[in-house]
Amino acid sequence: MPITTAYETKIEHISILDAKGNFDEKLGKGLIPDADLVKLYEAMVSCRQLDEVAFRLQRSGRMGTYPQNMGQEATSLGAAYVLRKDDWMVTCYRENCGLFWRGVPKEGILLHWMGDERGNAMPKPHWVTPIYVPLGTQMLHAAGLTLAAKYRGEDRIACTFFGDGASSEGDFHEACNFAANLHIPVVFVCQNNFWAISTPSKINSAAPTFAQRGLSYGMPCLQCDGNDIFATVYAMKKSVEHARTTGTPCFIEMVTYRLGDHTTADDAKRYRDQNEVDAWKARDPIIRLRNYMVARKLWDDAKESALLERVAQENADAVARAEGIAAPHRADFFDSMYAEIPADLAMQRDTMHTHSLGQDPSQLPPEAQERARQMTSEAAAAHH
Amino acid sequence: MANLNLVQAINLALIQEMEKNPDIVLLGEDIGVNGGVFRVTEGLQKRFGEKRVFDTPLAESGIIGLSIGLAMGGLHPVPEIQFEGFLGPAYDQICSHAARMRSRTRGAFTVPMTIRIPVGGGIHAPELHSDSPEAIYAHTPGLKVVMPSSPYDAKGLLVSALREPDPVLFFEPKRIYRAFREEVPEDEYTLPIGKARTVCEGTDLTIVSWGASVVQCMQAIEKSSRSIELIDLRTIYPFDMDAVAQSVSKTGRCVVVHEAPLTCGFGSEIAARIMERCFLQLEAPVQRVAGFDTTMPYYKLELDYLPDAPRVTRAIEDCLAY
Repeated sequence: MPITTAYETKIEHISILDAKGNFDEKLGKGLIPDADLVKLYEAMVSCRQLDEVAFRLQRSGRMGTYPQNMGQEATSLGAAYVLRKDDWMVTCYRENCGLFWRGVPKEGILLHWMGDERGNAMPKPHWVTPIYVPLGTQMLHAAGLTLAAKYRGEDRIACTFFGDGASSEGDFHEACNFAANLHIPVVFVCQNNFWAISTPSKINSAAPTFAQRGLSYGMPCLQCDGNDIFATVYAMKKSVEHARTTGTPCFIEMVTYRLGDHTTADDAKRYRDQNEVDAWKARDPIIRLRNYMVARKLWDDAKESALLERVAQENADAVARAEGIAAPHRADFFDSMYAEIPADLAMQRDTMHTHSLGQDPSQLPPEAQERARQMTSEAAAAHH
Repeated sequence: MANLNLVQAINLALIQEMEKNPDIVLLGEDIGVNGGVFRVTEGLQKRFGEKRVFDTPLAESGIIGLSIGLAMGGLHPVPEIQFEGFLGPAYDQICSHAARMRSRTRGAFTVPMTIRIPVGGGIHAPELHSDSPEAIYAHTPGLKVVMPSSPYDAKGLLVSALREPDPVLFFEPKRIYRAFREEVPEDEYTLPIGKARTVCEGTDLTIVSWGASVVQCMQAIEKSSRSIELIDLRTIYPFDMDAVAQSVSKTGRCVVVHEAPLTCGFGSEIAARIMERCFLQLEAPVQRVAGFDTTMPYYKLELDYLPDAPRVTRAIEDCLAY
């Protein structure tokens, strides 16, 4: 028998507004109303500026390690813009722009990186999950959240984000496989930013695209220019429509670039070439959109300076709120371990500053018992 | 009242709670048409439909990760991990996510989930089908760890687990899945998570055990002429240290028995707690009868590894002779 073709496909690449300012009228016309375009631009500028504020907070010792979003604003923003407000957004840690679009308070994100779990207490109506730090684990949660919605007869879908590096994790592949086989409408968005800390994307995949990762799970796959807000919106519209109408998942690779270091603890100069960074700076999603808007008289210098002033104030207010929150009680971390604190844990909490853990005072020598009693009453007095 | 084995008691508990609570869904490998490799979920897919009882791809991390999402989305998933030896791939999802979700979001997201896991040795199974990893999960804050030793306890504890707002690992000792039957009420009852059971009372020595080892302890006690109290911990975390301390303060002597390896087995924790709470009442050092710090052997030698009545008897005698 002759050899036949068992399967054949192609992966589309979407680009609408390229780095040189060329605009594809056919795909882009009417895609985003002008008024929305201005709002999207403002959101990106605001997020970029907060990134700079956060960087300075870290450098001046007012915040812990922080991962900058710089350069990737158009990816999560395009997704958030297209998703319904009650679709789940299940993110990693470089999707601030999309989260803020959903109404997540900036001080929540700042608090998280200031070492305070209260930053993760995402208000439920935003339909977003907390920041996930280990890579690749959250896509399964996105599938579960969506399956729970489906179980109730809701048509809510989920969009989950991860990077080129995380797409090497086993959980990513399990999530794709589960979503495809169990018919769960999740839009998987791979932000290929070329660097997983110092690991180049070629070490994470030998295939020509990351988009084709979805192919082996039977999903429709797309690649788009992740620095082009028109392209991310277009790709998301197509994918969201697929997910909602078929009840099955799909996959988008958004090609972007991490302009900053991995985090404030990283120094990208150790492993990547400045020429490469400079080339990507010329493809910045914000500059590209501003040039487009200026050319179409949607934007000008006066609007720009007014925006910068307004955003500076908003971000300063967010920092003030994050820094102004009352310090958590010293025993705060005990109280949300379980719905009801087990007696043993309550004992540890109540004696954390007074006893060797678990030691029954009646088994101690009299002077130690006396000291423990005194410290307990002092601690109680301080607490009240 | 029906005379049930442990498998049937769990099956009954699942049926009754699923009838009451439409948010309970069952998922795992081979649990649907096949009813699970131990037939614990037999008939449940037929009864409740494929929407509530479904087979998943063969990926343990995926099963638990998906369940975490289901739980965050308001359901109470009951994933089955086919054997405790396959928990490894799911470790990250259990310990890095399920266990931490409430704490790291300060209660904004919670993971009410009951993970069912056949556990332990003694059934001549292949490798990685006979381990006892309960201490690993008891060592992970945010989880609850339960291991019944009888059909009656299994039903009452499982119903409690299915009503828990936090993740529970429900370990089912496969050695006693069908080893004996006992009267199990059809009517609803619960056994509290965190409370031990005094299996038999005594005044000379306390044995603390859980899971299938409780049966071995009973055999040793029946052969002994001394008055021995047996405490079945029932739940490994939270554990009922008050019951242990009260008993050991009375008897002054204690033997802890479990299948898991000795070092950092949960017996280590029990022994340390006894030092903290009963030091002045102790008449002898705490003795431990446990699995050894070796890989669980293939089944030809598994009975040499597992604590049995003669080993428990030796520990009782040594402890009493001190």
